[in-house]
Amino acid sequence: MSEELSAWQLIASGDATLFAIVRLSLAVTLSAVAIAAVIGLPLGALLALARFPGRSAVVVVLNGFMGLPPVIVGLSVYLLLSRSGPLGEFGLLFTPAAMVIAQAVLVLPIIAALTRQTIEDLWHEYREELTAMDVGPLGQVATLLWDSRFSLFTALLAGFGRAAAEVGTVMIVGGNINGFTRTMTTTVALETSKGNLPLAVGLGLILIFLIILINAAAWGVRLWSEQRAG
Amino acid sequence: MMRAASSDLPLVLDRVSLSAGPVTMLDCLSLTITPGAPTLVVGPNGSGKTSLLRLCMGLAAPSAGSVSWGGRTDRGPARRAILFQKPVMLRRSATANVVYALGQAGCPRRLRAARAAELLERVGLLGLANHPARRLSGGEQQRLALARALARDPEILLLDEPTASLDPAATRFVEEIILMAAQSGTKVVMASHDLGQVRRLAGDVVFLVRGRLCAHAASGDFFEYPSTPKAAAFIRGDLVL
Ligand SMILES: Nc1ncnc2c1ncn2[C@@H]1O[C@H](COP(=O)(O)OP(=O)(O)O)[C@@H](O)[C@H]1O
Ligand SMILES: [Mg+2]
Repeated sequence: MSEELSAWQLIASGDATLFAIVRLSLAVTLSAVAIAAVIGLPLGALLALARFPGRSAVVVVLNGFMGLPPVIVGLSVYLLLSRSGPLGEFGLLFTPAAMVIAQAVLVLPIIAALTRQTIEDLWHEYREELTAMDVGPLGQVATLLWDSRFSLFTALLAGFGRAAAEVGTVMIVGGNINGFTRTMTTTVALETSKGNLPLAVGLGLILIFLIILINAAAWGVRLWSEQRAG
Repeated sequence: MMRAASSDLPLVLDRVSLSAGPVTMLDCLSLTITPGAPTLVVGPNGSGKTSLLRLCMGLAAPSAGSVSWGGRTDRGPARRAILFQKPVMLRRSATANVVYALGQAGCPRRLRAARAAELLERVGLLGLANHPARRLSGGEQQRLALARALARDPEILLLDEPTASLDPAATRFVEEIILMAAQSGTKVVMASHDLGQVRRLAGDVVFLVRGRLCAHAASGDFFEYPSTPKAAAFIRGDLVL
């Protein structure tokens, strides 16, 4: 097909617009995952080890939030950041920062919930041995995080995959502004509706490639960790 | 590693009971464990051996009665090590498992590698030092867990049927390591249901039936002059229920 052909030409020629979009998308998603990881990993670990009334409810809600519809997250962050919203004074709406925040909110439950599950499973296994060795609470958390680092890395990749592939949140809070907040997914959506198929298909191809790369990485990490740690 | 000034022995259980819901695991049991040759805890399956060890470790609190270590009841024994019936390997290499235990026991970082190699050699695992611990066979894992326990240089070493899943050669090997530890001053308290092993290792024998202390005697006396019909039946190899 001619669209596909010209899509490949676009990629091969190193088209500036195309790669600016790819670069922005990656920067936004990586930042979002980094922020979500910094909050989500300790939060998940804490939730795995802490015992308090209402804990089960928190776990259920957190698991439910893994499937939060992106447009709902987008809408919530929009309301938060809009001029009249509680964070309106910072003027973040329709900037890449807004997109980072929205994607971080989207990915946080995924990372926290997967971390909680992973750490809790390992804790059930390790509890008696660690207690017998008189390992304190901080040491316990450190040991659990370290010994499940490969699974946790996979959780981060899952978060990255979800954020990289979604359209709804970034469309709403980013505004899809040409050259400023246009990401791969929003561009694909827009250019398709405009009938500019080569750019849409080119970005689609790159997106698919990235997703496959992530899954290959997750698979490789798993294989490697099984050899290393059993 | 430093020897603490105060001792965790004698270990005294005073009319101790342990129950979980409607199940009574131990029933009004009094027992004193003193320094010396290994104390072997014997009894049929489900008689409460593991429960008794957990109390001795300070891992479980009695439902009634009290446990004291060297006269203290406020905390569990400081320098104790435990080999669980089904030890859990950390997701690390064999060496890293021992190094971890050394670190927890307060061994200075620079000494850990050499000390770990020493311990692995003692349990015959030096050749598998860099293998992932969870890939080792059951018997190898048991020995690695023993190395981890010895890494703590314990005053009290509690072992829960450490040779239950081992073949005779491996059993003999593990028994030698245990005897060596006992001879160097570690108090060994060990659950077993292998009477041959009890004869080989025990200084004194604690015999449990259904959560009750049925006999506690020096090893020779336990076998020569069983104090209860149940003990006599157990020694003959009859089924004790
Ligand atoms: N956490 C628990 N809750 C209820 N029952 C238990 C628990 N742990 C052990 N038991 C029961 O207590 C009895 C003694 O168990 P245990 O001490 O493991 O015996 P042994 O080690 O001699 O086989 C068994 O009948 C067992 O089923
Ligand atoms: Mg048992």
